[in-house]
Amino acid sequence: MNLDFILDVLGTGLRMATPFILAGLGGLISLSAGDLNISLEGFMLIGAFFAVLGSYLFESYLVGIAFALMATVIYGLLFGLFTIRLKADVFVVGIALNLLASEATVFFSRLFFNVRGSFSDPRIQGIPNIHIAFLDNVPILDQLFNNHSAFVYISWVMIFIFWLLIYRTPYGFYFRAAGEHPEALGTTGIQVNKIRWIANVICSVMCGLAGAHLSLGYLKMFVEDMTAGRGFIALSAVIFGGSNPITMAITSLLFGLAEGISLRIQNMGIPSQFTLMLPYLTTIFALVFRAVRKSRKSTTLLTSIATNEPETKGE
Amino acid sequence: MTTETLLRLENINKTFEGGVRANRNANLVVKKGEIHAIVGENGAGKSTLMNILYGVQQPDEGKIYLNDKEVSISSAREAKRLGIGMVHQHFMLVPSFTVLQNVILGYEPRQNLVFVDNKRAEKKVKEICEHYNLTIPLHSLVQDVSVGIQQRVEIIKAIYRGAEILILDEPTAVLTPFETEELFNICREMVAKDKTIIFISHKLKEVLTLSNKVTVMRKGETLVTLDTKDTTEPELARLIVGRDQLWTVGKQKKSHDQSVVLETKNVSVKKTFTSFCVKNVSFDVKAGEIVGVAGVEGNGQSELMDALAGLVPIDQGDVFFNGSSILNKSTSELRALGIRLIPEDRMATGASVKATIKENLMIDQNDCVPFISKPGVMNWKEIEKHTDELIKKFNIVAQGPETVVGTLSGGNLQKVVVARELSGKHTCLLVLQPARGLDIGASEFIYQQLLDAREANNAILLVSADLDELFLLSDRILVIYEGEIVANFIPDQVTPEEVGLYMTGAKRMTPRIGSSL
Repeated sequence: MNLDFILDVLGTGLRMATPFILAGLGGLISLSAGDLNISLEGFMLIGAFFAVLGSYLFESYLVGIAFALMATVIYGLLFGLFTIRLKADVFVVGIALNLLASEATVFFSRLFFNVRGSFSDPRIQGIPNIHIAFLDNVPILDQLFNNHSAFVYISWVMIFIFWLLIYRTPYGFYFRAAGEHPEALGTTGIQVNKIRWIANVICSVMCGLAGAHLSLGYLKMFVEDMTAGRGFIALSAVIFGGSNPITMAITSLLFGLAEGISLRIQNMGIPSQFTLMLPYLTTIFALVFRAVRKSRKSTTLLTSIATNEPETKGE
Repeated sequence: MTTETLLRLENINKTFEGGVRANRNANLVVKKGEIHAIVGENGAGKSTLMNILYGVQQPDEGKIYLNDKEVSISSAREAKRLGIGMVHQHFMLVPSFTVLQNVILGYEPRQNLVFVDNKRAEKKVKEICEHYNLTIPLHSLVQDVSVGIQQRVEIIKAIYRGAEILILDEPTAVLTPFETEELFNICREMVAKDKTIIFISHKLKEVLTLSNKVTVMRKGETLVTLDTKDTTEPELARLIVGRDQLWTVGKQKKSHDQSVVLETKNVSVKKTFTSFCVKNVSFDVKAGEIVGVAGVEGNGQSELMDALAGLVPIDQGDVFFNGSSILNKSTSELRALGIRLIPEDRMATGASVKATIKENLMIDQNDCVPFISKPGVMNWKEIEKHTDELIKKFNIVAQGPETVVGTLSGGNLQKVVVARELSGKHTCLLVLQPARGLDIGASEFIYQQLLDAREANNAILLVSADLDELFLLSDRILVIYEGEIVANFIPDQVTPEEVGLYMTGAKRMTPRIGSSL
């Protein structure tokens, strides 16, 4: 246990958080606009598969990303068709799309690659790592922040773009109004469904990026069910962070860190069954922590009301 | 006030699918700078006419002129463009947004084309507020401000969006008397500054206080438009219902040597861990007696009734029913004893709005013969027969037992609630705001039901914010203020104004109890 090890774990955590952040930002927009998309997992998986397919066919990671985005947006249109147009239950559709993604990617990988399980090929071009030259000579920062896949940096920029989008642009207000009081938005003459569709497409795009990162970021391969619950962890980051991208991102980092730790302590003699549990355990603890804090908050609120007797009524 | 005609609706006809003629040759002339009231019973066509004006519905026939130019109002957005704004009865505000964000929603000033320009927005809204002498807390969340303020936000929102004509749909239904007074001042201020207001209301007193002109609608027609100063409440009432006397109901004098049915002794109900919303309340209700509880909303009357109905626990004190304590009995046990509750919020607690009439009517008896044929199997034939009977008896206007109650008008929905509560065994009725938002005809029907129950020796506890209602029905009136009973009166021996003083805490008969007991 030394500094190098710790830095290694932290650096791994930073890049492990990226899919959570990307998918989480998408989920956050869909939560704001009212239809929480619980199939982030399925969307990511679709994105991961088609990224590999595109990259394999054209030997270009850019085409891979384009494939991923096209596929998830089409998947998103399916989600929108059922939930927005046909007003089906969001959870039912979400579960269906999760299951469909899992099976469809297996089917497609047999169809296109004629393999089961995992597919890798030298033709698949991965997303390049970014080398920041001036960090080379800064010891700690170099290990933490240098030589990550491009999407790691993109995800950090995205956090702030989404924060601006939600809290500083009219569309942010429309998303939130569509989720909270659609009639109020409707009476301003803005079509609520249009806002929901936009949110849905943004969510799909973000999941597509997350999926592409998963399959092309470091691995350059597609593995069946390679999302392995990451979509659900992203979902809990969304639930934890509410509509605030920054809280969501911090939670994602925590989950990423847990994943980093679980990867790194596997060769320390701890059974892998336990180390692999770590990210999921962290998620559960985080959600429990949030629930407890929330109930504390409401009790303190109650007591503060109680001690301020006679309280101010109405106005 | 100028005499310039601003808005003219000519021969508006609107027939809905199913043949309901909501508007027949309706005419309306509104002059610039006036407050024009539209009165009429539910179903008289007021809302349809306003929806046509606001672009939500299209007339089958008829013309609309704005400033003598014919216009067609195809959508709410078009109405807004023409300067017509509407304040809905149910507010269209996003609770977690600030007041400012709600006002500018959909019409945000922009900075660099992308971002919301909060400074400019605030300046613009502040100018409006100053111009009309309104104060609103721009940076408070809407969920934290009172209903009166929320309504003000709606008004400012409409003006911000360029409304010259403001339609207020039953604006006082949700307000306390004090807030109503404030709203009226705002309205007067606005017409003084050249806005025009169309004011829809059931409450004739308010119409007479506020408006310059009154248009009476009945059965889809606009009967007549009067100068408010030339008319009286009885005249308007006569025009609205089409007969001379406003209230045909009235209670008979009765002797009060009846036995006590419901008695509370020092009942307190907690609001939070350390504070009480009902404090040390003692009173009794005799058989064949209606005891009114007057109070401004939010003074503990709802909690008191919920506690008596077994919906919330009683924290201190005791309650007796026919002499024996009913403390800690469950709601179903209390119902079995004959204690029935008619709740104030018929949409939320009074009925299951997504269920049908027949389901609502038998919901408390779904384990009783004849509504089940075998254990666990509903006898829908019996239930439908029962429903049909009640629909007839209670004059519920609906297509049939299968109608979903959420689609009924307020009056008919309330009749469903009352029908259910009065169709089982009942000896003691707990009634809250029975006629809130109902028109004269429906109110009268509900009142008659309550008086009939009184004749049948029920003990009735009636909570209302409407003093006219309490004076009309009650044998005694108690006043509740901040959870305490601060006064009691015999209606004949007191004026509503006097009761009002007790309701607002200006006077009290009993010494004040410490706020935490």
